[in-house]
Amino acid sequence: MKAFTQHTGLVAPMDRANVDTDLIIPKQFLKSIKRTGFGPNLFDELRYLDEGQPGQDCSKRPLNPEFPLNFPRYKGASVLLARKNFGCGSSREHAPWALDDYGFRAVIAPSFADIFFNNCFKNGLLPIVLEEAVVDQLFQEMYAQEGYELTIDLEKQQVVKPNGDTIAFEVDGFRRHCLLNGLDDIGLTLEDADAIRAYEAKRREQSPWLFDAVK
Amino acid sequence: MAGQTLYDKLWQDHLVKSRDDGTALIYIDRHLIHEVTSPQAFEGLRLAGRKPWRTDSVVATPDHNVPSDAAERAAGLDGIRDEIARLQVQTLDENCRDFGVVQFGINEPGQGIVHVIGPETGATLPGMTVVCGDSHTSTHGALGALAHGIGTSEVEHVMATQCLIQKKMKNMLVRVDGELGPGVTAKDVVLAIIGKIGTAGGTGYAIEFGGSAIRKLSMEGRMTVCNMAIEAGARAGMVAVDQVTLDYVKGKPYAPKGEQRDKAVEAWSRLHSDDDAVFDAVVELAAEEIEPQVSWGTSPEMVAPVNALVPDPAAEADATRRAGIQRALEYMGLNAGQKITDIKLDRVFIGSCTNSRIEDLRAAAAVAKGRRKADSVKQVLVVPGSQAVKAQAEKEGLDKVFIEAGFEWREPSCSMCLAMNADKLGAGEHCASTSNRNFEGRQGYGGRTHLVSPGMAAAAAIAGHFVDVREMQKEAVQ
Ligand code: SF4
Repeated sequence: MKAFTQHTGLVAPMDRANVDTDLIIPKQFLKSIKRTGFGPNLFDELRYLDEGQPGQDCSKRPLNPEFPLNFPRYKGASVLLARKNFGCGSSREHAPWALDDYGFRAVIAPSFADIFFNNCFKNGLLPIVLEEAVVDQLFQEMYAQEGYELTIDLEKQQVVKPNGDTIAFEVDGFRRHCLLNGLDDIGLTLEDADAIRAYEAKRREQSPWLFDAVK
Repeated sequence: MAGQTLYDKLWQDHLVKSRDDGTALIYIDRHLIHEVTSPQAFEGLRLAGRKPWRTDSVVATPDHNVPSDAAERAAGLDGIRDEIARLQVQTLDENCRDFGVVQFGINEPGQGIVHVIGPETGATLPGMTVVCGDSHTSTHGALGALAHGIGTSEVEHVMATQCLIQKKMKNMLVRVDGELGPGVTAKDVVLAIIGKIGTAGGTGYAIEFGGSAIRKLSMEGRMTVCNMAIEAGARAGMVAVDQVTLDYVKGKPYAPKGEQRDKAVEAWSRLHSDDDAVFDAVVELAAEEIEPQVSWGTSPEMVAPVNALVPDPAAEADATRRAGIQRALEYMGLNAGQKITDIKLDRVFIGSCTNSRIEDLRAAAAVAKGRRKADSVKQVLVVPGSQAVKAQAEKEGLDKVFIEAGFEWREPSCSMCLAMNADKLGAGEHCASTSNRNFEGRQGYGGRTHLVSPGMAAAAAIAGHFVDVREMQKEAVQ
């Protein structure tokens, strides 16, 4: 997994509550057996005026001129500013893959859906929860100032505004550690292989019906 | 010390190791996989040269991409016309073969929607931890199991380590007490719950559904309720084990038998919250007050009783919510204040892991019997959740009831729940659907979904617009 330490980038808005994973990446793109290539179809139904199909050349499709990510001022954005309950709906990891593939490194919102939140960390994409009033303030500042950039410092756990003001954020220790070091969870968990085996042996003894039933 | 909740017990029973940072390794008993969220996980294992930890814990089946059309289905893999989809199903076959995983293949008797076949085969059992790369894994919690939806990286993690890294969630009790009125079903209960607490109401919680009205539900009904826990934001939903659970599990192909069953029943009998258990949040609903529900918007929390009116955004004080309602009405092509019963339907879908079990099909058939779909309704799809459900329904003659009513009887698959196969809504079409998500485009680009119970969906198919299913049931009695 790629590491995340510090990142400075242009901020773009996704100004609605309850953005679901179907909206982030529609189902027709989930047929892929790869992890990459989802960026051109991020927010497909909002971004384009036609219905997207997998494998299509998106550069020839009609863009929705009213969708912010299509505005020249947000071109190259890498920090997404969003509203409540971002990423609700399905467990599809294609959602963070699409955000990452498009170029986003962080998403800031007042709250996230659990599975999506979790999936982000596995892909080096940092979801940051800030209070609703603070997010509101960021939306206003971003709209008011073209080229609005934020710096995200995971080490110090703070978001730095263009004027130098900082906003602290929480992140759990284990996830922070993995993200800072780009660590693969599986390798870490396998360090506890003995504990897993010991648990398993006990469980097999107590609940033998849970083992070897399906073959 | 206060007593434990059901979730506390399940957590404790599966705890391999707690780490100082608040995360824990939780042992996984059953891992269900399907074609959409597993290929990248298998690829990850291959790239790292890793093997699955315990293949006997894994059960696979293709469901999302397989055709529901009988002729296409009969052709097996070749019947999947969409090449990319075909490759995905084929990849599942290859991965299961290479890694030694049991799969119920496309036309095998065990095939079906992953959340339907788990309980019905006994592959998912009380007291288990169950995961699947699919958010509706919460369904299996109906058996008194701890069941989580996970992402693809976690699918790979569980395959490689038999564990999930989790932080313990908070406990929520949703208690529904009293008697449900006639024509009011588990689907209406869960829609009413989501309407009350919102789609983020359960975020960060494991929800236990309890109360006398939940106890009186069949296992199928409890699965419908737990299925939609995720629509309330909760990764896991569950119901305590009782006699209904034990009777349901008995005799299932992979369930313990004989002496083993006695031992299992003893272990399962403690799977309920202690009387003095403390929940972090409690939500209460009175069963008598719940009416048949219809969703009018683009989020499952946007629901109302069938005899209500479409809400007026102007009456909403909160600006973000107001904008949300406004946008939903525009997308849905509805006017504020219009009667829900005036909404006309173009298509009807009866199926999905929420409502495609035998009891759901019986409820729909009871309404359809001796009636015909309205001419204005272009298509009514009835898609059983599994091969076993299909066989049982045909044994009971339900397929004939549907066909005589002008409905189409299809092959087990996810079908129009998410429209990855050929079953889709056209832009602007309204659909009465027994599925679980009414998000923009969910059932097809520009499609408009209204979530309802199977009885309500069948009634809407007959009338051509929403009607209170209780009226039709009254008529049938007279
Ligand atoms: S029926 Fe729908 S919700 Fe259920 S697993 Fe299939 S696509 Fe997902």
